[in-house]
Formats: sequence, structure tokens, C-alpha cells
Amino acid sequence: MKARHKRIAMIVAGIVVLAIAATLLLNSFRSNLVFFFTPTQVVNGEAPKEGNFRVGGLVENGSLERLSSGTQVKFKVTDTAKTMQVIYTGILPDLFKEGKGVVAQGKLGKDGIFEADQVLAKHDENYMPPEAADALAKAQKNNAYQPKAK
Amino acid sequence: MIPEIGHFSLILAFLFALIQGTLPLAGLAKNNSMLMNLAVPAARAQSILIAISFLCLDYAFYANDFSVLYVASTSNSNLPIIYRLAAIWGGHEGSMLLWVSILAIWTMAVTFFAKKLPLRFYSTLIAVMGLVSVGLLMFILFTSNPFERLIPAAIDGRDLNPLLQDPGMVFHPPLLYMGYVGFSVAFAFAIAALLDGRLDVTWARWTRPWTTAAWIFLTLGIALGSRWAYYELGWGGWWFWDAVENASFMPWLVGTALIHSLAVTEKRNAFKAWTVLLSICAFSLSLLGTFLVRSGVLTSVHAFASDPSRGMFILLFLAIVIGGALVLFALRAPTVGLGEKFEVVSRESLLLTNNVVLIVAAGSVLLGTLYPLLIDAMGMGKISVGPPYFDAVFVAIMAPGIFLMGVGPVARWKKATLPELATKLRWALAVSLVSALLVPSILGKLTLMIFVGLLMAFWIISSVFVSLRIRLQASQKDTLLDKFREITPAFYGMLVAHLGLGIFIVGVTMVKGYETEQDLRMQIGESVNVRGFDFRFDGVKPIRGPNYVAKQGSFYVTKKGTELAILTPEKRLYPVQGAIMTEASISAGMLRDLYVSLGEELEQGAWSVRIYIKPFVQWIWMGALLMALGGILTLIDRRYRSISKNLNIEGAST
Repeated sequence: MKARHKRIAMIVAGIVVLAIAATLLLNSFRSNLVFFFTPTQVVNGEAPKEGNFRVGGLVENGSLERLSSGTQVKFKVTDTAKTMQVIYTGILPDLFKEGKGVVAQGKLGKDGIFEADQVLAKHDENYMPPEAADALAKAQKNNAYQPKAK
Repeated sequence: MIPEIGHFSLILAFLFALIQGTLPLAGLAKNNSMLMNLAVPAARAQSILIAISFLCLDYAFYANDFSVLYVASTSNSNLPIIYRLAAIWGGHEGSMLLWVSILAIWTMAVTFFAKKLPLRFYSTLIAVMGLVSVGLLMFILFTSNPFERLIPAAIDGRDLNPLLQDPGMVFHPPLLYMGYVGFSVAFAFAIAALLDGRLDVTWARWTRPWTTAAWIFLTLGIALGSRWAYYELGWGGWWFWDAVENASFMPWLVGTALIHSLAVTEKRNAFKAWTVLLSICAFSLSLLGTFLVRSGVLTSVHAFASDPSRGMFILLFLAIVIGGALVLFALRAPTVGLGEKFEVVSRESLLLTNNVVLIVAAGSVLLGTLYPLLIDAMGMGKISVGPPYFDAVFVAIMAPGIFLMGVGPVARWKKATLPELATKLRWALAVSLVSALLVPSILGKLTLMIFVGLLMAFWIISSVFVSLRIRLQASQKDTLLDKFREITPAFYGMLVAHLGLGIFIVGVTMVKGYETEQDLRMQIGESVNVRGFDFRFDGVKPIRGPNYVAKQGSFYVTKKGTELAILTPEKRLYPVQGAIMTEASISAGMLRDLYVSLGEELEQGAWSVRIYIKPFVQWIWMGALLMALGGILTLIDRRYRSISKNLNIEGAST
């Protein structure tokens, strides 16, 4: 009888621990989901004002500016319909080029400029990050605009 | 001609795999030993044919036969020979061929070992492996034929992705696949046990070395991949929680659980159904991992959908293998039985808890990996799950497991008591608490993360010594040397593997806690001091490699005036694919790595430069190596070599 009680107590304790663990897990999961937005959505104010998200598109030709000291850069990301300003401090990835696809993760500053803490571009000339391709496809559908690069 | 021979042997191999996968099972149903005896010859014929096919494809790479589509798309005549041979696993089709080739290696190994087992059992075992092979070969022949011709032939190939042109990448995929596919043996053992209705201590003893061997390969494969990411991706990270990495990590977690659960099944005849279920899960996750990485579903769900034959086949195959195995498990598990009972406080329940922890950890990784794909596939938008999720959740889940890892080896089987455990471990706990506070205060930075990390590491390391001491004390031998000799290799293996995890956690904690990263703009001749190290930038010079051109920078590193290293990071351009690559330069050491990579060329010869100081980073891979070494030690245990002569197991020793 005593052993049985002990066992039941252990099982109940186990279930409680698991339930707490599951709650924490799902909570952490939800708060770490990073959503993706196209430049059009960002310009239209659909992106969150606070918190991290991703944007993707093409780096607009002629938009890349380096500040004279340090490693801060500014560039514009476009989905061919709308264009947004991004600033980033750090070293850009190898395949970052004007006119090529890019994905940036970060948040909107108070001035409405996107402050990226990560810039991703993949290691293949023809390969477009899926988010960037998605943004272009959406813009194309809405505007019947031709994107400049594949 | 050669590629056609390769293709033809693959078709023949498929036919032999059909024989190997079906007739022995029919023999099992009808109790016909002639049919069952077909398993071994069919399996060997299949394995040899696949080997021929593999060699044919490698010959096509060797001979630069660009009339083969796959060769033309992953190789180039300027590619150094070693990378040409490795380019065979540089793409989807070749990787699948590598997969079945490695399955052939394991199958061949099983046929040599199998004769020691009862006929009914080994023929079923080999038949199950044959069925897996049938599925994979069908996939290759119908959707991913590496021998497909390109007419007219290409003048030259499109080159191997420059990222993969690295010695680490030559060995990483075969090692990883040896691990993935190795779990097919444990899977086949489990299915055979379910079909045969027989699962006992002997079964566990047969299965253990195979599972451990697969786990060793997987451990080494993952470690090599992580090391490669560290120096080749150029940005100093060693683990990104990328879906590709997670795909290999999930089978590893479940495989680790399986190794421990098999130990309990062998020692105590307990956890029987659970062990079978884990065998099924480990292999299912391996299959899932292979396809996640190789089907292109990660780059884009839509690419996956645009080639529906491949995608549908994969889903169907996964459904049949996983679903079939689980249905069989549900029907037959009662015949296998749950096994011996044990008390709430006992080594069994500690190992069970550890198993649950590992499975929950694998589940949380699975959630973070598959959820974005699912959302995307359902057209509900694009999301990504950030590394913070994995970091936080994974550490939180594993921490109690790591605590129990110190307790488990000193607890008694069947029934232990808490006061006894506390007495045994109080010094280990005290030592690790004090060191986890002392070390950071000496280093001058103490955060909760560093404290917890070091506490876990020191706890594991000190409890390893406690369990060694207890084992030595229990020995009846006179001299200390004899006492050491008496301990089995399997026990040493366990200690070394656990020690490896401790070393690994030291590495992770120290890197996360104390690393320095600086992105700088440097002029030629400029010096910069990073954490006591002086880096002087001496400019760049152009150099030429076999299939690339590069600008090579030179950094003169000193500490208080003494020369430490000259680091030469490169910025490479591979013209065939137009790919630019950052080649970092690292001065590795036991206590710290100095890591420099070139960013971009700015005006007037200045460059943007990234400099890292990474304390203890090598310990991460050293720890992984120790884990693998621990696995190897358990393999050389005499118990497993005399399996055949010794089917009735007396009291177990570990």
C-alpha cells in the first residue's frame, strides 16, 4: 500500500513537472518566432513596431552607403513595389551585392529605419534566399512589376 | 559505357534487394529454412552490386565525364582530384547513392556476423535491411538517377559548391551517413524482435555493439560538421541550430537515449518495449534527417512541391517505414513485454528519466525545425525560429538530465536510497559548486549562465571520478593496478564518454561567456589590441589557387611583444560559380583560438576585418572526440566478442 502511494505520488509529480516544462517550452517557442515581412508590408505599417522580424527583397541598385569610419553601412531593400531603408553595423556577407537578394533580421528604429542585427545572403550567385524570392513574388502579383533579377 | 554499367548494377542490386527483402520473410511465415537461407547470399550480391555502381560513378568523376548530368553539375575539370572524388556526395543524387552504399557496407557486416544468430532471427534481420534498401533504390532509380546522361555533353562542369571544397567536407557526409544508416541495423533488430516475438537479454547484447558503432560515427560526423562550420563559414560560429544541423542532432539525441536504454535491457532485462520504440525512432529520425537535408525542402517548400514525384515518394516512404514500424510495434509490443520491475529510486529509474529528458530535448528540436516548414507549406506565411529558442529550451531541458547523469552511475540497480546517494556524491557536489564560483571570479566575469554551465561541467567531471573511486573500492584485488585492470573496458568507456560531455560543456560555456568579437576597419600597418593580443595588419596580396583567385591578408599577432602567429585569412573568388568565399585564418590552442577573417575591401587599401578571441573553443570538439572514444572502448569489451559462445548471460558486471 505504501509503495503504491509512493508510486502514485511520483507519477503525479512527473506529470506536473512535464506540464510545467511543456508550458515553458511553448512560451519560449512563441516568443522566439521571427516573422517575415515584405518591404511593402513594412512601408504600409503592417510590421510590428517593437520586436524582431525579418525583411527580404533585393538590395536596391546604388543604395549602398558606407559611413566613413567604422563598419556601419546603409542600404535600401526593395520588393520592386516599395522600398525601405536598412542600417547595419558589421561585416556584410560575401554575396551581399546591389541588385541581389538579401534577408535582414532586426527591428524598426524610432525614425522608421530598419536596424538590422543580422544580414543573410547565401553562397550561390543564382540562389535567392527563400524569403526574398517570396517578397518579390508577392509584389509582382500585386503590381505586375517585373523584378530586375531572378 | 561505365555510367551505364553503374546504372545497370544499380537495377540488378534493386532486384537482389527485392529477393533479400521478401523471400526470407515468406520463409519465416512458412517456416521454410531454404527461403530463409536466401537472405545472406542475396544481401551480399546486393551489396557488391551497389559497390560496383558507386565505383562507376566515382570513376565518372575521376575521368571528368561531363556527359553525365550529375558530374557536370557538381564537378569541374579544375577541381583538385580529392574534391572530385568527394563531389560524389556534393549533391542530391550522389548523396542518395552514398546512402545506399553505406547501407550495403552495414548489410555486408551484418551478414558476416549473422551466422552466429539463430536462422529465423538473422534472416528476418537481413530481410528488413533489404526492404529499407528496396525503398531507397526505388527512390534513386525512379526519381534521382545519378547516371543520367547529358546530351550533348557539357564542355566543363558547373563545379562543386566552394563551401564543400574542404578536407572536412570530404569526410563529414560519409561519417554522418555511417551513423544515420547504422541505426538501420538497430531498427532491423527491433523489427526482427517484434516479428519473432523474442526480446531478451541476449537480443540486447547482440544489438548493443551495432548501435554503439553507429552512434560513434554519428558523433564524429556531427563534430566534424561543426568544426567545418567554425573554420569554413568564416564567421566563427560552431553551431547555428540550422535545420540541417538539427536534422543530424535529433537522431543523435535519440541514439544516445537508445544506447542507455539498451544497457538497461541487457543488464536488467527491463525497458524492453521502450528500447524497441527508441530503435524505431532513432532510425525514423535518421531518414527524416536525410530527406530534410537532401530533398531541397529546406531551401524552399515550393521547390519541393515543384518536383512532386520526389516529394511524394519521400513522404510515402517515410509514412510506410515509420507508420509500418509503429503499427507493428503496437500489435506486437505486448509479446515483447515491459521487462523487470524496479523501485522509484534506482539506477533504472534514473536512466529512464535521462531517457525522457533526451527524448523531450529531441522533441523540442523537432518542433523548432519542422514548425516553420509546416506553416510555410500551409501557406500561412514565413517564419523562422531563432537560436534563442533552441538555446534557452535545450539548456533548460538538459540541465536536470545532466544532474542525474552524475547520480546514475553510482546508484544501485533495482533499489537505491537517497541518503546513500547523497553521501556518495556530497564531495563531488561541493567541489563543483566551489569551482564553478571560483573559476569565474579568477577570470573576472561571473554571470548566471557561466556559473550554471561550469557547475554542470564540473559536476559531470567530478562525479566521473567518484564513480571510478567507488568501483575501485568495491574491488577485492590487492594492488591498485590489479583493481584498475579488473574494471571492464565498457565501464571505462562510459566514464570517458561522460568526461567528454563535461569537457564539451566547459568549451561551450567558456566560449559563450568569454569570447571577444570585434568588427574593425583596418588600414595597412595599423595595429589593434584585442584582449591583450596585438594584431597588426600588413596588407593583402593576390594569390592564385588551383580553381580560384584570392586576396590574402597578413596579420602579425603578438602578445606583449612576443610573436604568436602570422594569420593569413583569404577572400577567394571561384570563377566557375562566381562565388566569393571568406577563408578564415585561425591560430588554435588549448586555451584560446585567435581567429581573423577578412570582410570587404574599403577605400585606400583598408579592409573591414573581424577578429575573434575564442577561449577553450577546441574543447568543444575534444569533448565530442572523447565521447566517441568512450564508445570505442565499450566496443572492445570482451563480452561482445564472445557473444556466440555465451548465449546464457550470467550476472552482469557494469
